[in-house]
Amino acid sequence: MSCVLPKDRVERVGAWGMNTHTTSYVFRPTTIAGIKEALEAARQSGRFVALRGSGCSYGDASLGAENVVLDITRMNRILSWDPVKGIAECEPGVTIKQLWQYTLGDGWWPYVVSGTMFPTLAGAAAMNIHGKNNFRVGTIGDHILEFELLTADGEFHTCSREQNSELFHAAIGGFGMLGVFTRIKIELKKVYSGHLRVTPIGVQNWREMFAEFDKHLVDSDYLVGWVDCFGAGEACGRGQIHRADYLKLGEDTIPAQTLQVAHQELPDTLFGLLPKSIMWKFIQPFTNNLGMRAINALKYLSSVTLTQGKVHDVTHAGFAFLLDYVPGWKYAYLPGGLIQYQSFIPKETAEKCFTEQLALCQKRGIVPYLGVFKRHRTDPFLMTHSVDGYSFALDFKVTKKNRAKVWALAAELDALVLAAGGRFYFAKDSTLHPSRLQSYLAEERVQTFQALKRQLDPEGLFQTDLYRRIFGGGGR
Amino acid sequence: MSQQFYRAIVVGGSSGIGRELVLQLAASGCQVASVARRTEPSGENIRTYAHDVTDFAAVPALFQQICLDLGGLDLIIYASGVMPSVGPDEFCFEKDKQMVDVNILGAVAWCNEAAQRFGQSGGGTIVGIGSVAGDRGRAPKPVYGASKAFFESYLESLRNRVGTKGVRVVTIKPGPTDTPMAAEHVGKKLPAAEAARQILAAARAGRRVVYVPGILKYVFAIIRALPSPIMQRLKF
Repeated sequence: MSCVLPKDRVERVGAWGMNTHTTSYVFRPTTIAGIKEALEAARQSGRFVALRGSGCSYGDASLGAENVVLDITRMNRILSWDPVKGIAECEPGVTIKQLWQYTLGDGWWPYVVSGTMFPTLAGAAAMNIHGKNNFRVGTIGDHILEFELLTADGEFHTCSREQNSELFHAAIGGFGMLGVFTRIKIELKKVYSGHLRVTPIGVQNWREMFAEFDKHLVDSDYLVGWVDCFGAGEACGRGQIHRADYLKLGEDTIPAQTLQVAHQELPDTLFGLLPKSIMWKFIQPFTNNLGMRAINALKYLSSVTLTQGKVHDVTHAGFAFLLDYVPGWKYAYLPGGLIQYQSFIPKETAEKCFTEQLALCQKRGIVPYLGVFKRHRTDPFLMTHSVDGYSFALDFKVTKKNRAKVWALAAELDALVLAAGGRFYFAKDSTLHPSRLQSYLAEERVQTFQALKRQLDPEGLFQTDLYRRIFGGGGR
Repeated sequence: MSQQFYRAIVVGGSSGIGRELVLQLAASGCQVASVARRTEPSGENIRTYAHDVTDFAAVPALFQQICLDLGGLDLIIYASGVMPSVGPDEFCFEKDKQMVDVNILGAVAWCNEAAQRFGQSGGGTIVGIGSVAGDRGRAPKPVYGASKAFFESYLESLRNRVGTKGVRVVTIKPGPTDTPMAAEHVGKKLPAAEAARQILAAARAGRRVVYVPGILKYVFAIIRALPSPIMQRLKF
């Protein structure tokens, strides 16, 4: 009989999308010694270790049911900050929020941020997250200068583009399978204002969406498209693009004021009255096909009439962290939660693939309540999700009744994605299954990654439920 | 709201009501761990674990191992129990100790594990098989009745401890049931399969205290109200 794990560490650990809940033994170390203790406890009891940051992955990428979950959020000190070069050295649990709030006053903003500011840098590096400017600046990995990785054998590896380059390019985007990030050095971008200049552009269908993206691609800093997934036929792909640009030196006459953290803060009430923290309760009655069709249609109408082309200035935080704008909005999807299906398709086949995806969803009667469209570029990381093309992210409501249907639909969507030469993103995934992934799993880079994992972690100490689901686990 | 169980432990799953519970849960698609000295029953969705409930020290590790094997836990049912026949003038410490060990200490060893886990993870159902014998101190079964009274009081405490954390604690009080334990009982007995069906219905509904069959609730309301001198005369 294996050794008993400490009972007081038993906790419920859920996916960010609230679609999966597990029970695990959660360790929250504050020191390297604490990390090693957790690894040893797992080893002694024959369990694996799932690495977890803030738990912002939609699915099971940071879950390890009945196993050890190593949560690094308490290792959250910013170790050094160079306000001249804009380089920060951080412990793994430092969040994007901590980072920008620390650096913005000096005029620096992270090159890459996610739609929510809560992910940790370790989680962001492990998933190699991207932002609405992926086409311009790449992924977060492109701006990590160096990191230290603790592997299963207890060794520390300092990695950069020059040193341990192979491991550098594999651990970033390695979804926590190769080791624990213990220190991350990251460069930030100089900004001359706390504002971005935003241009909203309403589009009537996919054709316009792609055409407008192409037009703005050359000279914009950020581009993101919202899609009304209820739009069908000629209106398929209708929605709104937000283009945003950094202000140049001098364009903002009061940068000292706009660069203050307090100026960036998202308002906590709507119209100065309604507390946003309870907004999700008001959204909940609309999280059904009828309500969402109406909300999407209204938003589309306003985007092609009221707001069309109205240039305005928005704070960095207000533009970047849309997912935090209405705190707790995801609770409107309770009790079943939501999944996000995001695929990355090469530019040549993207328009056709996304049109087919939406048509299929509509045909199956399971229409996503939110669709987000972005432009991407390739990067040098081994397990990258990115392509020279576009991504489309679809939010599906999950209920007890439709769960099987949503998963079946996802399988059909997988076929479209693979046929179009597309890729998936583990931070979002809940539905991939190896039976549909032969071509993906056979890719040389995936084989290289697996070989590296076997070499660095022969006993399979680092695993997550996602890894076991897609790669079949192995080892313990 | 009716609860669906996906992963369950039945302690005492090799015979009697426990065996029926294992079979019915497995038939409903639930993954069941049957814990008993004998590795029974077998079938689809059933894993057996050889364990003597009086081996208290082995419980924490076995409990964790089963949770790992099942991939989680929604339900635990403690159905182990012994009721050796005790003559009207017999005061046998050995038999009494056995009942205390199995009916009380084994129950506490298992349910403590489940209560801590469920309390911390904010959900789960604990079902304890008590007995109508726990309702009064009746002449024929001093320690058996007392052991069930202990179990029921203990379950009530668990409910009051972790009930607010989303954990449901269900006390089942079966009357005479057609099981090996009640082989010597003469008179009408409820078939074990029917008892199991009613127990699972109560567990899914998350009820607190349930008599099986339901009619006994009223019968024992009267018996509980009987004045002590009358109980002494009746000796039933």
